[in-house]
Amino acid sequence: MPAKPLLTVRELCKHYSGVTAVFDLSFEVKPRTIKSVIGPNGAGKTTLINMVTGFQPPSGGEIVFNGHPITGLRPHQVAARGVTRTFQTVELFSNLTVLENVMVGCHLKSSKGLISSALHLPGVGKEEMEIKNRALHFLDQVGLAGHARHLAGSLPLGEQKLLEVARALASGPKLLLLDEPASGLNERETSRAADMIAGIRAQGTTIILVEHDMKMVMSISDEILVINFGSKIAEGPPDKIKRDPRVIEAYLGGEDQYA
Amino acid sequence: MTLSNLKGVMMFAVLVAVFPLLFSLSDATSYYTDVMVFVAIHGIIASGLSLLLGYAGQISLGQAAFYGVGAYTSGIFTTQLGLSPWAAMLAGMLLAAGLAYVVGLPALRLKGHYLAMATLGFGMIVFIVFNEYVALTGGPSGFGEIPQFNLLGWKFDTTVSYYYFAWAVALLVLAVSLNIVNSRPGRALKAIHDSETAAAAMGVNTSKAKLQIFVLSGIYGALAGSLYAHFVSFINPPPFDIFFSLKVLMMVVIGGIGSVWGAFLGAALITFLPEWLSFLEDFDVLANGLILLLIVIFSPDGFVGLGMRLFQRISLWHGTAGG
Repeated sequence: MPAKPLLTVRELCKHYSGVTAVFDLSFEVKPRTIKSVIGPNGAGKTTLINMVTGFQPPSGGEIVFNGHPITGLRPHQVAARGVTRTFQTVELFSNLTVLENVMVGCHLKSSKGLISSALHLPGVGKEEMEIKNRALHFLDQVGLAGHARHLAGSLPLGEQKLLEVARALASGPKLLLLDEPASGLNERETSRAADMIAGIRAQGTTIILVEHDMKMVMSISDEILVINFGSKIAEGPPDKIKRDPRVIEAYLGGEDQYA
Repeated sequence: MTLSNLKGVMMFAVLVAVFPLLFSLSDATSYYTDVMVFVAIHGIIASGLSLLLGYAGQISLGQAAFYGVGAYTSGIFTTQLGLSPWAAMLAGMLLAAGLAYVVGLPALRLKGHYLAMATLGFGMIVFIVFNEYVALTGGPSGFGEIPQFNLLGWKFDTTVSYYYFAWAVALLVLAVSLNIVNSRPGRALKAIHDSETAAAAMGVNTSKAKLQIFVLSGIYGALAGSLYAHFVSFINPPPFDIFFSLKVLMMVVIGGIGSVWGAFLGAALITFLPEWLSFLEDFDVLANGLILLLIVIFSPDGFVGLGMRLFQRISLWHGTAGG
């Protein structure tokens, strides 16, 4: 029996003045799977992530998450429904400590507002401890607990990428969108990242992975979606995608017949 | 409040409490105590901007407007409507909160220079209202006879009694601000400062958070304005012009952007410096500007940053000496 999809994207479009970044894109993501999105540079992968997470409004189409439409919601509203992302170019809070970064990730898992915090009403201290412990737990999971007190901006790139993942996990996502988690990482760091991503899926989080590292994509994906010029050119399990002539053509530079 | 913050505020409170006694033997008592009342008032409005600018990263060049709204509401409600200073102060804070909400809702969508321009414009409009709405504000000549605060029959009518009253309020504001900084909403503000995009991705409602802190800075401004009005008992428009907004900005920057303590340090420096330099007569403004310029050049993170670097150097020196 096929599982009900966690995310359904229907006929999604994005036009900028005269340019079409994503066109008529439809796909589904099943719960507890890793769906990779690949395609040449400028194919519309990051635009797709931006639309799913509310950072860019689609020009047309529909996005349904967990049975509810999320099209056109603002980023924090999408996040509140359980969709979290990381960024291609690292977007950390670089002047906060490593621990504080993950504590901000716990924002949705805590509730104390400005007034109760300002007056330090009962319960504020307790929640603060819970946030700290939760954050430490996720730092530990990515192996950064030892850097908790360092400034996030002082970490090397590989660890900054891990920190982004820990911060995203702390928000307790049902769906995690990773935008090129391996870019800028060396081979050893990449394989460590691949293990970590597989581990996150094993704990029950569904993942959309945008990545150029084919070794990583082929080894951990359940399904792969290939897009070029904003449209789907192939979709299926890694074995099928590897042999698909359209994919090979798009990657090896055939004529622009899919524009 | 965290323990270290609590200790800090307590120590500061003791310093504040003994200050007037230190000068009680000299003639300068009432003079220094008088200036210190202004330090408390300026510290309150500066800590509002410190939260907004230093933590949330949003500029405002219109804080004087809230200061004026607090002062005029206090003045008008007590002299024309016969309300008690407490009620008038509360009304001023509510009015400023409403005003900050209405202005902040569209203005905080802007960033950087554009937000600076918008808040500057807001400040100028409010200043014009103070000047032109003569029936209510007395226009350029202002009005006087604003009554003093009264607490359980005890009147704060001397400089020293007002000093203790103003500083009690200021310490409360300091404690509340420190609580915010070290909390979930405070962290969200710092996150917005570094990356609004990532903060939103973590579920922070960035526009709401920015608006909340702008409203709070407006409330602080009105509170300071009200304290001012009941202290000097006479108000006219000049203290609420855009130059005062810039002065508040200077307090935050000179004291140490991103530190509530810095706001009070900056308030003290900006308030005392012109007094100390008054012996230079015509050149005092020049010297004042020069000193501020040098501070910004040599310690861009203000006095708090300077202090921290000194502390680090000393502990480093001790470390090497010991090891």
